[in-house]
Amino acid sequence: MAKKIIYLDNASTTAVDSAVFGAIKPYFTDKYGNPSNIYNLGQEAKKAVEKARKQTADFLNCRPEEIFFTSGATESNNLAIQGIVKKFKEQNPGQKPHIIASAIEHPSVLNICSALKRDGLAEITFLKVNQQGFVDSKDVNKYLRPSTILVSVIYANNEIGSIQPLKEISKIVSNNKKETGYPLFHTDAVQAINYLDCSVRHLGVDLLTFNAHKIYGPKGIGVLYIKQGTAIAPLVYGGGQEKDLRSGTENVAGIVGIGQAVAMIKNPSSCALKAEKLKSRLINKILKNIEEAKINSPQKNCLPNIASISFKRAEGESIVYALSEKGICVSTGSACASKTLKPSYVLTAIGLSPIAAHCSVRFSLGKYTSIKDIDYTVKVLAKEIKRLRGIAGK
Amino acid sequence: MYSAKVLKHFYHPQNMGKLKNPDSQSKVGNPVCGDLMSVYLKIKKNKIADIKFETLGCPAAIATSSVMTAMAKGRTLQQAKKISFNMIAEKLGGLPKIKLHCSHLAVEALQKAIKNYEQPKK
Repeated sequence: MAKKIIYLDNASTTAVDSAVFGAIKPYFTDKYGNPSNIYNLGQEAKKAVEKARKQTADFLNCRPEEIFFTSGATESNNLAIQGIVKKFKEQNPGQKPHIIASAIEHPSVLNICSALKRDGLAEITFLKVNQQGFVDSKDVNKYLRPSTILVSVIYANNEIGSIQPLKEISKIVSNNKKETGYPLFHTDAVQAINYLDCSVRHLGVDLLTFNAHKIYGPKGIGVLYIKQGTAIAPLVYGGGQEKDLRSGTENVAGIVGIGQAVAMIKNPSSCALKAEKLKSRLINKILKNIEEAKINSPQKNCLPNIASISFKRAEGESIVYALSEKGICVSTGSACASKTLKPSYVLTAIGLSPIAAHCSVRFSLGKYTSIKDIDYTVKVLAKEIKRLRGIAGK
Repeated sequence: MYSAKVLKHFYHPQNMGKLKNPDSQSKVGNPVCGDLMSVYLKIKKNKIADIKFETLGCPAAIATSSVMTAMAKGRTLQQAKKISFNMIAEKLGGLPKIKLHCSHLAVEALQKAIKNYEQPKK
């Protein structure tokens, strides 16, 4: 059994819940059938896939026919954006569509959009955010064009936790929707599923992405909700699974896992309340015990489990390593810790200086986080930051 | 990502801090990822009698500063000038490619401090 760690990086990934693991296990060695096969073993697997589809549909308040399984949120985002552009171009040859996305989307959305722009396939507008990390829905109105086919805005940002005004944006998209059905509205809801209302009817979205490994399910499985009638083309061709929209033998175990994981989210608002209390405790103790700490996450309209904090004169990657040595897992927006050696684009987008981003840490709590974890973390953090500030000098 | 030696210097850096009346000092920054390094020298009979550093940066930045000061202490200025980023990286059991720039920064900090001693600005 692994040594106990204090895991405060739930926005990166989560441990698989034992009930989810129990539900998945039979599909590896006993119920290993291919859902496309007509004999019992295959049909049993198919039944499991359709059960998970119903569980997911119930959670999102939509029809099972509107749920599509993919290999993860990155693939779901690719299918949503590229699939819509592809279909548009098939039906409107010679026309260049326009897409609106926020500047603080997940890298999968940002990089898809950048690639479409670079390849001359679409025009992109990235909406700026304010210092709290919020998109202004009026900007959606401002930048909408006759050629806009898609608006994609993340439900809640993974770095700082800011919750976007999806309902307002949905109204604007809806008011500007033409007979063609464009523009469409997509949201990446990966970080929101545990804590926020994800009813697609309430949100007014045409497409929604989420995955299993942020909600105590396995890695390698995601969902794309696609409203019935949405014009979209597949990216992955093959045997025609998922109504030709995503071919490939179904990841039955993963699908069962995501179904079980969403079915276990009975009461997002009470989970939110519990997380909020712990987050408040973390923030208050940090502000009380550590000087020159600044909270980057917004106070209101923020995910209840995410706190991004900058600590003057203590670099982020060093803080992560120092905490990790004491069994505590967090992440950082520091340039030093990124593959590109650039500071977090999200922290930059909300106006943080490179040095403040350099000294930032993200704490993302989860359902297994306890008061004891919070208190121990603050104790260790105070000590390590003092040590690092000693090394940095004035 | 890091070797045991890098982490050793990160958790227990050598020669960190300031010198009371340094004979020279330098301050360098890494525009790439924002690390900041200061080096303080005490020179006696053309040798680095004492050396201290202050670094705001990642474990690699702290480790390279620490190793650089350990290598430079007690050396003549001539010998200290020959300390290269490769030597520092080797002493640390290697650095990830993306972190080699930290060893460059440590060398730059030392060379600048020596230069400031040899050619003090009026």
